[in-house]
Parts: sequence; structure tokens; C-alpha cells
Amino acid sequence: MKKLMLGNEAVARGAYEAGVTVAAAYPGTPSTEITENIAKYDEIYAEWSPNEKVSLEVAIGASVAGARAICSMKHVGLNVAADPLFTASYTGVNGGLVIMVADDPGMHSSQNEQDSRFYARSSKVPMLEPSDSQECKDFVKEAFQISEKYDCPVIVRLSTRIAHSQSIVELSEKVDYKLKDYVKNPAKYVMMPAMARKRHVEVEKRMKLLREDSNTSFLNKIEWGSKDVGIITSGVAYQYAREAFGNVSYLKLGMVYPLPEKLISEFAKEVKTLYVIEELEPFIEDHILKMGIKVIGKERLPVIGELSAQIIKEKILDIKNDQGAKIEENVPVRPPVMCPGCPHRGMYYILKKQKLTVSGDIGCYTLGALPPTETMDMCVCMGSSVSGAHGFEKARGKEFGKKTVAVIGDSTFMHSGITGLIDIVYNKGNSTVIILDNSITGMTGHQHNPTTGFTIKNEPTRQVDLVKLANAVGIDRVRVVDPFNIKEVDKVVKEETSADEPSVIIAQRPCALLKGVKYDGPKKINMEKCKKCKLCFTIGCPALVNVGDHIEINDALCIGCELCTKLCNFGAIEKAGENNG
Amino acid sequence: MDKLNIMIVGVGGQGTLLASRILGNVAMKLSFDVKVSEVHGMAQRGGSVVTYVKFAKKVYSPIIEKGEADIILAFEKLEALRYVEYLKNGGSYIVNTQRIDPIPVILGKEKYPDSIVEKINGVVNKTIAVDALPMARECGNIKAVNVVLLGLLAKATGIDKEIWLESIRETVPPKLQEINFKAFEAGYALAV
Repeated sequence: MKKLMLGNEAVARGAYEAGVTVAAAYPGTPSTEITENIAKYDEIYAEWSPNEKVSLEVAIGASVAGARAICSMKHVGLNVAADPLFTASYTGVNGGLVIMVADDPGMHSSQNEQDSRFYARSSKVPMLEPSDSQECKDFVKEAFQISEKYDCPVIVRLSTRIAHSQSIVELSEKVDYKLKDYVKNPAKYVMMPAMARKRHVEVEKRMKLLREDSNTSFLNKIEWGSKDVGIITSGVAYQYAREAFGNVSYLKLGMVYPLPEKLISEFAKEVKTLYVIEELEPFIEDHILKMGIKVIGKERLPVIGELSAQIIKEKILDIKNDQGAKIEENVPVRPPVMCPGCPHRGMYYILKKQKLTVSGDIGCYTLGALPPTETMDMCVCMGSSVSGAHGFEKARGKEFGKKTVAVIGDSTFMHSGITGLIDIVYNKGNSTVIILDNSITGMTGHQHNPTTGFTIKNEPTRQVDLVKLANAVGIDRVRVVDPFNIKEVDKVVKEETSADEPSVIIAQRPCALLKGVKYDGPKKINMEKCKKCKLCFTIGCPALVNVGDHIEINDALCIGCELCTKLCNFGAIEKAGENNG
Repeated sequence: MDKLNIMIVGVGGQGTLLASRILGNVAMKLSFDVKVSEVHGMAQRGGSVVTYVKFAKKVYSPIIEKGEADIILAFEKLEALRYVEYLKNGGSYIVNTQRIDPIPVILGKEKYPDSIVEKINGVVNKTIAVDALPMARECGNIKAVNVVLLGLLAKATGIDKEIWLESIRETVPPKLQEINFKAFEAGYALAV
């Protein structure tokens, strides 16, 4: 049977067909749908873990116990999981272990453009790279074979355009994979120095074997065309190259680490001009140059952003694209924005009003850095808001600290905010940490987390009590507020920032897009009462529209959260009648 | 028809992803190779979104480049203006005249351009402009704007209507099918 599948969905299918029984992940665009789709298979235990390090450790445990296990993350998640990765490379596996990582060239939804291929090299773990959904499924299955054959974890790397594009996949039956026996073997699985030294020797042996075998693997294949030009490429770059160059010769690498040196040399000998077409860093190119083979790559192609067939045409073939109609007009940009009814809007309004320094974090609420709220001074990585605020205080003193807050979401707080909070308490900090608890992991599209009370399979479970948790790590001042009650928020933020001890404010209101969240329906502006003061615009709701001489509410967007109603001093915002929701 | 490149552009939250999924399924039913590429993330609503749907005997790149789109289906008129360069010479533009102000316009830092449809008309031979929002409202849900527009697209492509209906049936959850069928028919019935 054939099915149109997202790359991520095809990875999930591959895991199912390979007989995987344990899957763990923390959501991260563009990798999230892998585990969401895995969770649909009743045969597979799936979980959202608090963070990527935990998810990889769960998968390692499952693998050692004899199951085929998979763990998925985005590129920056691999940084979090790097610690167990490097040592899992030494222990090797029992049941196959596959780590999915989705890079995001072009940073559609990420804070950097790192190239995960370097992790394969530095942790000494083989890495495969599919170039469409069919290969996503096939390569994941092959990755399990490689993992068991060579006794190592295998990383499968996607990029946004592979993870988030759909193409046709031929479905197959699930293989009959039985849990392997578990035999206690501390020399292999307990990595203390004496044992780890011996395992490092095994790692080098295995990589030598893999380097040899990669030359004959079906994953690396040559497509002969005109031999005037030879292209070495992988992943989505292969697709762009095919489109730009047409009928030339290709060495398409499905295994990007270790590289098949013999195959590369043979291919290079046959073609007149050799190019490496790869996105981001010159990973393949540098290796080939080191082999003493002349190749053209990054001297022409960018290391920044995504590739496309057009970029290749322009930079290598000198073909400019001047097609398409042009209209000389300044088209306003449309940056992403907090949704109408977003509960973060109320909190940001107050943080701006009080002119606080805001140490921010990763989530929808990062958009608070943009106009009109512009209340975010720093945002580095998951969890860094809390520890960053502590750093601000330690650098500039207690008084500056009192004008500083950390803002972090509920899911991110679970991911890596809690350790920062412990640090503040332990090291006698004075920070105010605001947990924006919208009862879901919002930015990645509504995944449950330990604070929501439900698992990935929607089964009810124990819920982390944020108040008790904060108390337990040593925070005595914990306040719970409704971010739409702006008067109360104003007061509480003032009180907590001026207190002489660390505090936590939990701003609780569910994401406006959650199914159970219902407001009263669209509002409208009473023109007789409206004084056109535009105070309502300061909250940056996309449903409030400036029509030149007056203000309107776009009833296709407004859900009736009434935050604007609370700002209006003239009572000019009223219910619009029928609900179009 | 041996290949077709369709772009769907709009604002996050307007249902462009569902529309591209339905369209991708139509392509598969016609025995084409097909790629559907979407960019989302970074919050759920309000940003500029674009999806590419490519049908051909063999599709390599999942991206449609400038001047390569046979048809662009724009869910919002400012977004229609943004992507006009992607339409190939002789291509068709289907524009929903719904207006959603981006934040820089709301803040008074930029101006929402005037006479967008007229400007597009000036450079594109085949422009179809409709106000799909009231039509969707009439069908029972303003969220069905996407499927009203798919109805229009179906007519413009000349692909058999039954194939579209089958694809909608397979893609949309059962309880929403009635409204979506109605919305599709409403779009299809428009003379283009």
C-alpha cells in the first residue's frame, strides 16, 4: 500500500516496521511529529520525557534491556542529550538503538543553525541521512540493522525540508522482532575508567569496520549520467542538485558518517569536475579535501541558511532567475505573533509597564521580544532564563536583580528550568522567576508534559504540582496569578521583585488554542464610546485593526478573551452578538 | 497535464496545511509522484505561511522557486502580493480578499497596501479574486475558508471533482465532513 507521508511520519512507520517497542522524546520543531506518530501504534511504548537527555537515557536503558528503541530530537536537543550519547557510543547496544535528529537550516523555528553531522564524528557513531519520506522509513529500518550488527547507536539525521515534507511511501509489514535476552555485563555497560578504556578500543575497531563496509552499503549509491560533472551530495541537497544539474553523475551518500572513501575516490576518478553539494558546513567537502581530491563546494555555496535548486544554479551554473512578475510595492513583513487570546499577553503587558529586565526562554512567549511588548533582553537555550537571571544579579548586584525577572513556560521549566531554580536557592540568589503556565507545550503544537496530567497517549497521570515543587527546592514565596487579571499581576510582580528573597510567580491560564478553552466570542468596538486613544493596541493583539480613522475588531480572529476590554478606560469594547467560532 | 506546481500562501491559523494535505492526496490519486512541503513552527498563529505542492512523473526538490508556480492559491490578499514573483508567466492567481493586518501595520509602523487585487491584475493575466469568508460563514463555520478556496482551485485545475471529494473524505475528520463538502461545493460553483 502506498501513502503520502510526512518525513517524520515515515520515520515513525519505519520504527514500527522495525519492531521498535520503546520510544522517547522531548518535542522540538521540526522533529516533534516523529514521536507523535509513534504514539499512535499500540505496540510501542512512547513517552514525552522532561528533556532530551532523559529521553536518550530511557532509550539506552531499553536497548540494553534487549528492546529496539528510538529517541528523537531537534538539533539543539542533541546538545542536551550529548552527555549520554558519547558514552552510549562506548557501551554499544543490545537491542538496536536509533537516535533521530532533525536539523533546521534556515532557522524556521530555532535559535541556531548547528550541523549535527559533527556529533556523529565526535561521538564516533554512524549517521544516515535520508532524502525523502520513503528513505526516512527505509533508512530507519536499516539503522536498526546497523546498530545491532556493529553494536553501536546509530543517528539518523533529517533537516526541516525532509522532516516536514510529504512524499509517497510504500508500506511494508512489521518484522517479527523479539526482545533480546538481557545478560548482566558490567564490563560493557558500566562505564568507569578501567572498563571504558577497553570499550574505546572496541569503538575504534567498529568504526574501522564501518569505514570499510560503507563502501559497499546500498545506502551510498552512484547514479551515472554525463561524466563531465560529478556531484557528491546527501539528504535534501541531493534533491536540489538533481533539479539544478539534471543528467550528470551523482554519488548520493545515505551514510554521511563514516564516509565511503574508496567509493568517493572511484567516483572522483571517473568525472571531469567534482562538486560537493551540502547544506550548512563543509562536512563532506573537508573530508574529501583531506583525502587529496580536488573538489568545489563552499567556495561557491553558502554556509548560511537553506540551499535550493536556484541557489545552486546561480552560484555554480551562473544561471540567474529573473522569472516571475514583479510589483514595486513595499509589502509589510508578517512576523509570527502571540495568538488572539494568548495568556502570555497579559503578563508581558505588565513586564513592559514596569520596565523590567527580562531573561527569557524558548517557547511561544519568546515572541514577547518583538513589538509591541519588546519585553525580553536575552534568550539563549531551554532553561537558560532562570540561571541567566541569577547571572544578571550576581554581576550587577541585588538592586539590579530586583528589576530583573526570568520568564519560562511550564514545559521548559520541567525541561531544564528547575535546576536553575535550585541554583538560585542554593547560591543565595534573589531572582523572581515567572512560570508562564499555559497547561501545555504550546510552541511545538500542544504536547503534554509533566505538569499537564496526561501522557503522550492521553492517559491520565500524576501531575507535577509547581507550587509544591518550588517550595520543595527552597522557595518560600510562591504566588499563583491569572495573567488576564492585569491589576493583580501588576501588584504581585511589584511585590515579588522587591522582596529580599527569591520568589516564583506562576501565571496560570490555558493556551487559547486548547480544545476546552472557550471564550464568549468576538467583541466589537462601540464607536460612540471609543476615544481613539489606542491604549488597546499596546497589547499587540492581531484582532485589533487600525482602519485609519477608527479602530475595528477583526471578528474572524477575535475569540473574546476580553484582555482589551480590561485595558479600555471608556468601556468601548462590547460583545459583538452571535458567535462565529 | 504532465506536471503541476501549486503554492498555497496565507497566515498561520487559516488552514493552509490541511488544504495542502487534501491537494497532495488528489495528486497521489492521479498517480503522480508528489511532494508537499510546509514550513511551520515558531508559534501557531499569525505568521506568514507557505506550502508547496508539486506533482510530476518524478519530483526532486520539494520547493517551488520564483517563476515556477502554475497556480498560487492565496488565503489572504497581502500574502498574495508577497508571493507574486513565484507565479510563472501565464499562471493563475486565486486570491481570497480577506484582510488580516500584520503587527507592524497594527502598530502603525507600516501601511497595508491599497488595491492589491488591481495590482496583481496588472501583472497577472488570470486572477480570480473572491471573498471566501462570508461563504464559509454561510456553510456553517468560518474555518472552512480553506475548503471553499480548494473548491475554486479544483475548478481551475480541471481535475475531476469526485477525486477531490474522495480526498476530503479521507483527510477531514468525519464530524466536519458535512461542512467541508458544502464549502467545497460553494467554491466549485463559482464561475471562474
